[in-house]
Amino acid sequence: MTAPFRIAGKGRLTPARVARFTFDGAGYAGLEGDTLASALLANGVHLVGRSFKYHRPRGFLSAGAEEPNALVGIHRDAARKTPNVRATVQELYDGLTAVSQNRWPSLKMDVGAVNDLASPFFSAGFYYKTFMWPKAAWKHLYEPQIRSAAGLGVAPDQPDPDHYAARYAHCDVLVVGGGAAGLAAALSAAEAGARVIIADEQAELGGALRFETGTNIEGKDGWAWASESAARLAAMDNVRLLTRTTAFGYYAQNFVGLVERVSDHLAAPLPDLPRERLWQVRARRVVLATGAIERHMVFPDNDRPGVMLASAARTYLNHYGVAVGKAVGVYTANDSAYHAAIDLKKAGVHVAAIVDLRDNPQGPAVDEARGLGIEISAGRAVTGVSGRQRISAMTVQPKNGGASRTIPVDALLTSAGWTPSVHLFSQSRGKVAFDEAGRRFLPGTYVQDCVSVGACNGTDELGALLGEAAIAGHAAAKAAGIKVGRVAKPKASTGERWAGGMLGAAPGAGADSKAKAFVDFQNDVTAKDIRQAVREGMRSIEHVKRFTTNGMATDQGKTSNLHGLAIAAETLGKPIPEVGLTTFRAPYTPVTFGAIVNHARGSLFDPTRRTAMHGWAEAQGAVFEDVGQWKRAWYFPRAGEDMHAAVDRECRTVRQSAGIFDASTLGKIEVVGPDAATFMELLYTNPWQKLAPGRCRYGIMLREDGFIYDDGVVGRLADDRFHVTTTTGGAARVMNHMEDYLQTEFPHLKVYLTSISEQWAVIAVQGPKSRDIIAPLVEGIDLSDAAMPHMSVREGRICGVPTRLFRMSFTGERGFEINVPADYGQAVWEAVWAEGEKHGACAYGTEAMHVLRAEKGYIIVGQETDGTVTPNDAGLDWAVGKKKTDFVGIRGLMRPDLVAPGRKQLVGLRTKDPKTVLEEGAQIVADPNQPVPMKMIGHVTSSYWSENCGHSIALALVADGRALTGKTLHVPMPDRTIEVEVTGTVFFDEKGERLDG
Amino acid sequence: MARTEAARKPVLGGRMANHAWVGVTPAEPAKRLSLRAPAESVASLSRTLGLKLPERPKQSVLKGDRAALWLGPDEWLLIDRAESNLDAAVDRVRVFHSAVDVSHRNVGILVEGQGAEATIAAGCPQDVSLQAFPVGACSRTVLGKIEIVLWRTGEAQFRVECWRSFADYAFTLLAEAARDANG
Repeated sequence: MTAPFRIAGKGRLTPARVARFTFDGAGYAGLEGDTLASALLANGVHLVGRSFKYHRPRGFLSAGAEEPNALVGIHRDAARKTPNVRATVQELYDGLTAVSQNRWPSLKMDVGAVNDLASPFFSAGFYYKTFMWPKAAWKHLYEPQIRSAAGLGVAPDQPDPDHYAARYAHCDVLVVGGGAAGLAAALSAAEAGARVIIADEQAELGGALRFETGTNIEGKDGWAWASESAARLAAMDNVRLLTRTTAFGYYAQNFVGLVERVSDHLAAPLPDLPRERLWQVRARRVVLATGAIERHMVFPDNDRPGVMLASAARTYLNHYGVAVGKAVGVYTANDSAYHAAIDLKKAGVHVAAIVDLRDNPQGPAVDEARGLGIEISAGRAVTGVSGRQRISAMTVQPKNGGASRTIPVDALLTSAGWTPSVHLFSQSRGKVAFDEAGRRFLPGTYVQDCVSVGACNGTDELGALLGEAAIAGHAAAKAAGIKVGRVAKPKASTGERWAGGMLGAAPGAGADSKAKAFVDFQNDVTAKDIRQAVREGMRSIEHVKRFTTNGMATDQGKTSNLHGLAIAAETLGKPIPEVGLTTFRAPYTPVTFGAIVNHARGSLFDPTRRTAMHGWAEAQGAVFEDVGQWKRAWYFPRAGEDMHAAVDRECRTVRQSAGIFDASTLGKIEVVGPDAATFMELLYTNPWQKLAPGRCRYGIMLREDGFIYDDGVVGRLADDRFHVTTTTGGAARVMNHMEDYLQTEFPHLKVYLTSISEQWAVIAVQGPKSRDIIAPLVEGIDLSDAAMPHMSVREGRICGVPTRLFRMSFTGERGFEINVPADYGQAVWEAVWAEGEKHGACAYGTEAMHVLRAEKGYIIVGQETDGTVTPNDAGLDWAVGKKKTDFVGIRGLMRPDLVAPGRKQLVGLRTKDPKTVLEEGAQIVADPNQPVPMKMIGHVTSSYWSENCGHSIALALVADGRALTGKTLHVPMPDRTIEVEVTGTVFFDEKGERLDG
Repeated sequence: MARTEAARKPVLGGRMANHAWVGVTPAEPAKRLSLRAPAESVASLSRTLGLKLPERPKQSVLKGDRAALWLGPDEWLLIDRAESNLDAAVDRVRVFHSAVDVSHRNVGILVEGQGAEATIAAGCPQDVSLQAFPVGACSRTVLGKIEIVLWRTGEAQFRVECWRSFADYAFTLLAEAARDANG
């Protein structure tokens, strides 16, 4: 099957294997190496989409990344449906399935096209003006309707089954763009010995040499030179050559984001192959060789399928061997489009006429076209086209008006000149400058260590471009610290002329015209929309852009920005530089979320931290709760138990026999050095100097402002060694807080801090049977009350492995905390469990732990405290060393508002109805009958059902609360007001006799 | 009351990710100390340890089974693969220092093969090329969303040290990155 528009012997694909594909269900054949665009054009298909707003039929404008029209859906399978893929970028593979977008019921018969007829109502700013009233209708009617009607492709509705990779890379010189300039720069830098990365968005390097036929470099055809140069670079150890890779973002300090399309062009990618790979490159020097993008001519109905850029037609012909039509017209304001006519004519395609806005075009290209017998219609304009879904003729008129003539054509190639691609330069925060002679913006002031070369720098002549690029590559290598020799510049014997052209609307699309002459194809912005925006008061180009949405589509106005600016400037009567250019933002072309997220999905989205005993708890059916990144066993339900039943049983068992609890997540810091006690004195409110080795103390840490920052039990292992524990959530920040003070305030102290949170697995055994449970397992430690009283620590062995054994309690019961090296955690736990079972002990989770400590009135930092609670507020004055003259927060505690009466103090609350459990966070009032808003005097910080007490218990912060003991307060809830009595904070074993029980 | 020693259960037991181009495997258990000391204590500590503590960024010293990795101006990570009684040796030193056992805090992961550099570079923003990060180089750095100590033990061999509860994340990320490290 020969595609009708493929020209035998033309292009670089043959011999190639046939790749079959479908578009909107119809089967076609293309060649391997085709893009979807070239394959469709080879089959004579121009109509590929409907425009965003007016649903106008659209064809291909370009042959590259700037494509605004030919956006299609690529469907690999039910889960892999990618919308808005540029058909000019998507490489063909066998079995590719593409569908058109933004049409219903079909591409050729689209109901939405009624918008085109109604277009007088859809002028610029339409949405801002129309959907104002009634206000509520926006949310419920207008927005949902507009959203369903708008948008192009359809987002996939299943999780993305592909995987995406990421790579950080560093180099001396990053070259962005692999055209003639990029290749020359990369060769020069690489041959000087620099580490080079060169990235190009195409499958092969070569850039514009892909379509230019008139170039000759180093005695070779331009494309052949490019291919050989690319091969040379690829063979060098100091070069990484990335194809199908777009530099999309230029960030601070030469950090450039690249996305490599790894497998979108493959029919059956291997499973280990990612779909895309994100490269995050840090480059000493960046060489921007991003080229230039051809502009279309702005004239009435310039969006009809068959109207395309001249360079695109050349690409399809010279690279893919595809003629874009049988009778082709050319409409231009510069020389470079002549080459399209010449190439097509030489390939045997009928070229109906070259219409040139210039009165007297001259030069080698003009002469050659004339010599080939092509009609040149100078001083004339194309003022219209016929044909809706494919053009059939162009209307040609003298540019200042006069009799028109209709010339039948099935393709019309236009060129208004070339726009240097300064996107990345602009993203690097470089300032562009307007080149008056060339009527274009070029890189002006550089902010980062980069340089622009070639067409993006306004260097059009090939010889000059190669020299500039080679020198820049060489200089970049030198600037990166490479010892370089002499620079070698590739020599160009012939090149093509890119300069010249025009900006703005062409004749027929002037201020008096009502015609639709498109500036921005993707957002359906016409020349008259821009004029209207100016008429309605937009003066800044930034306002014009937002009012019309010119340049705001996913193509970011690659073809439209300068035309839009020129029309706005003309309407304003100002020179272009005074109106200014809009800002370029990353990404240069759309980047998938997959590439940005890459590995960070599923279990790699965020680390999940598990303790050494996690597996045991999981096997026991524990329910876990998230505490920061940690998974902590919340409760251990047995058959038939709900959470309440399980927690009640766990709480009961701890006080009747014993409970075993995984306390491994608590932060632990080893404080070592001769000044360890002095350091502890400064960081905690408590006195430490006199704490004997082997003893423990509950410590409170304040911030400078006097508020509680963290707490925990600290054991003194030796004169110069403390084992500090912190809250689970505070582990990292307490370490940082301590290290901060050590390094900045107390650098004279001889002490070092080491995080040991994860060195030790911690098994808490709490309850009257706790000593009996651990005794058979412990070696070398006397567990008697006399030898090892409450709040002491010993080092010895348990189950044959080293332990730091703490006698301490967070339940009010006799208790131990067994620290063992983490890898032994589970084995020791299982041994403790086996002993515990003999005594009827249970495992308990964080919920029971919370209840048990609340029964004893022990605070939890972050629950009873909220960053505004002092030790006195929390009833912990006893933990503040009265004789101490300095510690972090001591001055804060003296602040007038911290010693004033009326502060909220921690109290207990008992509901009058013992079964009622208050809501944590509920507000407390003195008089429930006062008018709303009531005066709130406090709030509930902790509230539980206490199985051991037989009634509910709560802790609360209440203004002057301790003086209210015995008084009745009220907790208003939406459905009722709950009466509570203020009590002390200890609900169980007030005398603390059970610690030794 | 003689008891058999409780069984050790390494957090990455049984995990591995092997490709022709790179293998990711858990390192054997090792003795580790976090050593902190001022400059004036270095000579004495070096004598006791039997290796010269490195004093420049990114440097490590390996002698036999014992290695010292420079992590900061007064900080080293000592790794002894022989699980010798390293802390007892250091305890004998009378000059000011802090030696804290972190053998179980840290978990080692070996990344070895021609794709090792690319595997590491998937998550570590540092330049890990041979020029910038030669054999023996080490650094406390970042892998994805966690902190690691990275140590290049050979041209195509890295050792990643992370905290125990981050080992699953580190291993999973390295295994995922290894799939893409062929070339």
